[in-house]
Amino acid sequence: MIVGLDVGGTHTDVVVLKGREIVRKVKQLTDEENLLETVCFGIFDATRNLEPLSIQRVVVSTTLATNAIVQGKIEPVGILVASGPGVNPNGFAIGEHYYPVSGAIDHRGGEIAPIDEEEILEIGRKLGSAGVRNLALVSKFSVRNPSLELKMRDLLENNFNTVTLGHQVSGQLNFARRIATAYLNAAVVGISRTFYRAVRGCMEQQGIQIPLEILKADGGTMALDSSAQYAVETVLSGPAASVMGTLAFADPTREEVVLDIGGTTTDIAILVDGAPLLKPLGIRMGGYNTLVRALRTVSIGVGGDSWVRLENGHVRVGPERKGRALAYGGPEPTPTDALVALGVVGGGQKQRAIEGIRRLAEQMGKGVEETAETIVTESCSLILEAVNALVNRVNQQPVYTIHELLEGRIIKPSGFIVIGGPAKELAPRLEAMSGLQVRVPPEYEVANAIGAAVARTTCEVTVLADTSRRYVYAPEENYMDRIDRRATKREVIRIALDLLRKKALRLGADEDDLEMELLEDQEFNMVQGFYTVGRNIRVRAQVKPGLISPYREVAA
Amino acid sequence: MKAKRKTGLVFFPAFDWAISETHPEREERLLYTQDQVFEEGILDIEGLVEFKPVLATPKDVERVHFCVPDVEAVLTESHYISAGGCKTIADAVLGGKVDCGFALVRPPGHHAMRVVHGARGFCNINIEAIMIEYSRQTYGVDRVAIVDTDCHHGDGTQNIYWHDPDTLFISLHQDGRTLYPGSGFPREMGGPNALGTTINIPLPPRTSKEGFLQVMDKLILPILEEFQPELIINSAGQDNHYSDPITAMNMCAQGYAKLTDKLRPHIAVLEGGYSIEGALPYVNVGIILALAGIDYSWVREPDYQPAEIRQGDDVESLISSTCEDLLNLRQQCALKREKYLQGEEFVQRSKTIFYDTDSIIEEQKETVRVCRQCAGVVKIDSYADTGYHLLGIYVPRKGCGTCQELGRQWFEEGSVKRFDLVCLQERVADEYHVKRK
Repeated sequence: MIVGLDVGGTHTDVVVLKGREIVRKVKQLTDEENLLETVCFGIFDATRNLEPLSIQRVVVSTTLATNAIVQGKIEPVGILVASGPGVNPNGFAIGEHYYPVSGAIDHRGGEIAPIDEEEILEIGRKLGSAGVRNLALVSKFSVRNPSLELKMRDLLENNFNTVTLGHQVSGQLNFARRIATAYLNAAVVGISRTFYRAVRGCMEQQGIQIPLEILKADGGTMALDSSAQYAVETVLSGPAASVMGTLAFADPTREEVVLDIGGTTTDIAILVDGAPLLKPLGIRMGGYNTLVRALRTVSIGVGGDSWVRLENGHVRVGPERKGRALAYGGPEPTPTDALVALGVVGGGQKQRAIEGIRRLAEQMGKGVEETAETIVTESCSLILEAVNALVNRVNQQPVYTIHELLEGRIIKPSGFIVIGGPAKELAPRLEAMSGLQVRVPPEYEVANAIGAAVARTTCEVTVLADTSRRYVYAPEENYMDRIDRRATKREVIRIALDLLRKKALRLGADEDDLEMELLEDQEFNMVQGFYTVGRNIRVRAQVKPGLISPYREVAA
Repeated sequence: MKAKRKTGLVFFPAFDWAISETHPEREERLLYTQDQVFEEGILDIEGLVEFKPVLATPKDVERVHFCVPDVEAVLTESHYISAGGCKTIADAVLGGKVDCGFALVRPPGHHAMRVVHGARGFCNINIEAIMIEYSRQTYGVDRVAIVDTDCHHGDGTQNIYWHDPDTLFISLHQDGRTLYPGSGFPREMGGPNALGTTINIPLPPRTSKEGFLQVMDKLILPILEEFQPELIINSAGQDNHYSDPITAMNMCAQGYAKLTDKLRPHIAVLEGGYSIEGALPYVNVGIILALAGIDYSWVREPDYQPAEIRQGDDVESLISSTCEDLLNLRQQCALKREKYLQGEEFVQRSKTIFYDTDSIIEEQKETVRVCRQCAGVVKIDSYADTGYHLLGIYVPRKGCGTCQELGRQWFEEGSVKRFDLVCLQERVADEYHVKRK
């Protein structure tokens, strides 16, 4: 049996799956002030009276890191930044203890200026006396050569609780994002470690002795023990959980849009070939662009509880939410009230909903039913507009080769998968308005918890080779080796896939779930004078977000 | 961090296109620039927007060039994208999406002249001219200034705008006596209808930042002020750099950034620059930051030693005297123009054009009508040793009735017994007509 738990802003959902069957599902209110209790009760409720040894997997998706960052409840971080020439590093200042330092690496990975040891030690002393316990150490181009970050670490690590190194948070180029990502990781790594150790403790009390897995923003999981370093990867795993929950129902031969229609927002994602699209670089979090791998989701302020009012005689929906629907004791009319008034949704105080809609209807000089229809139509068209905008943005994404530009795949979704509270009621309208097939999976109201339960372990590696200098390296993995001067891209790809496989297994992946793919494979002749002196080869590969083996190819 | 001026970027390194395997114009020319731009996080800065290039169309090309035997024959996909990238930036700037923009595209274009038999100086088509004529056609732009800061004389752009008084072409480059293409001297000042709107500023080898900025302040900025262009284009070649392998100048990344900051072009277009590791990554970052109004004082090459590359006093005095010569020459333009108006109705010039990249020799005889009303109709009789014989007739954008009529007449008279193809570029109606053997 496997357990999936997703902590949402309002509800926490837990499911227990046995094969394809949902053995148990629990929906409880989230206590933001005491997430640990919420999680532990969730696991406890879901696994009560089940044989602990029959539980093979527990995956948790929480708002812990997200809330800490968004609400500013983070630990102080000392961040040292070796930028070298380029953009003024003071422009990337983050947190209260930001120190640009000397030392520089160039784009080929050459060290062009050394670290000043005395400078680093002095900053270390200052941070120590300011009570800073977490460090983030970042250099420009550290993903080409991490030596400056490693030297800084060697000088400082003994005096700090946690050290986050820039080249370990991602293999991608982007100094500004590397700074932000390392900073955020350092800011939440302490609280994450404490939290997940406590969750482990709860599980052990119930006799569950397996490693805990945590859901990441890219819709993949990683084992807790490996993740304490990379706490920041767990931010915004909520939308990812829902998308993964729909994957079992997706048609792998088509391009589909996932809509998770909640109370406050609707989250939109795109599935291509049975896998969700990822953001090109990483998620935006707490006002910072990061290198945290994440699903390409867009969130818009339209949901069942969005505030509905008239502006210049026209119905306006969201983006604010004033409370619950009138039918459920809220202060203002909502799309849910429109559905209640139309009799599409049962339950709640129908009369209150009708009254609310009538007030709007009278101002417009229209009937209640017509007004309710207008509200529903307006909500759906806002959602569909946002879908179109997202699809256009994906198709407008810049590419850098003639081949990609001329042959580039244009995404054209052929259907929707809709989950969330009003999914069933809005499905027929979305279908009529978009002209595309709209499907609502069974158990759509706990798709998020299912998604967490069945998501596989994901990861990424970047491998670079310089055959003129005869080496191949993957700084993120602490890997460096010799390579033949005549080595080709094929060989570097083999090395990358091998490293990727090992990394995935280390993070908790199952041998059966290693669906690997190349994200980038480029090979350039390096010419000096008019002679080719070697090749510069760059390969980036990932384990695709997807489902663990028993749950693949479920529906369609 | 936020851009003071909203800046659009088209970044198209064409990682799968090269003239030949070890040619300077090859796949990885912008690889390290891309690394630097990506690593700096420039594309995330608020107010910097990256656009995906559109493809230029044959119609865009035919607005500027006579392609022999036709557009398809002289262009590869990469040229359509490179010219299309410039169009994309023009759309973004003129459509009001951004304040300025930079097309970091390849291959370059400033050696491509109006007649195209093949590639010269790594260029097949003039991507700036295609962009400018597209902008005029689409947005009604009239007066345009092009400042070509590539180390090589922008002879292609000069050729295309030689007769156009509404396009100010300024090229500063390493002295033509010491570098390809061997032209671009102060006395080259434009055709009889456009005297003074072509300006050539040859600079001695080893000119450094100081010399370039001196020319900007003394000459270029005042002339721009006088011309009052609606659109300023910078052909931003980067081969004046001290580390460039095929030139002999001493410019640096700081110098390029300062120059861009002074010039404030609406659109910069990458031209040459072949120090792909040591210069381009830093120069391009400098230009982007300067365009956007972001602090560029930290941009410098790892091996930058300003004292070592600083120009000598001899260089400075040579530049000063060139500036003086040019100012004197400019004052004579009105008088020269008057002489033309008193003289013959038609003025002819003949020249031999060598296509170094494709090894073609073209013999050209160009006839322009000296006109009081417009830029004057132009007729080009061009024969290349590939065997093609072209008659190209060009009626300018604001062509007068007489010039239009004459253009049509020349086209009708052009015999396909004598010429392989006869082409009419009718810019008043934005039409292109061809007759073939």
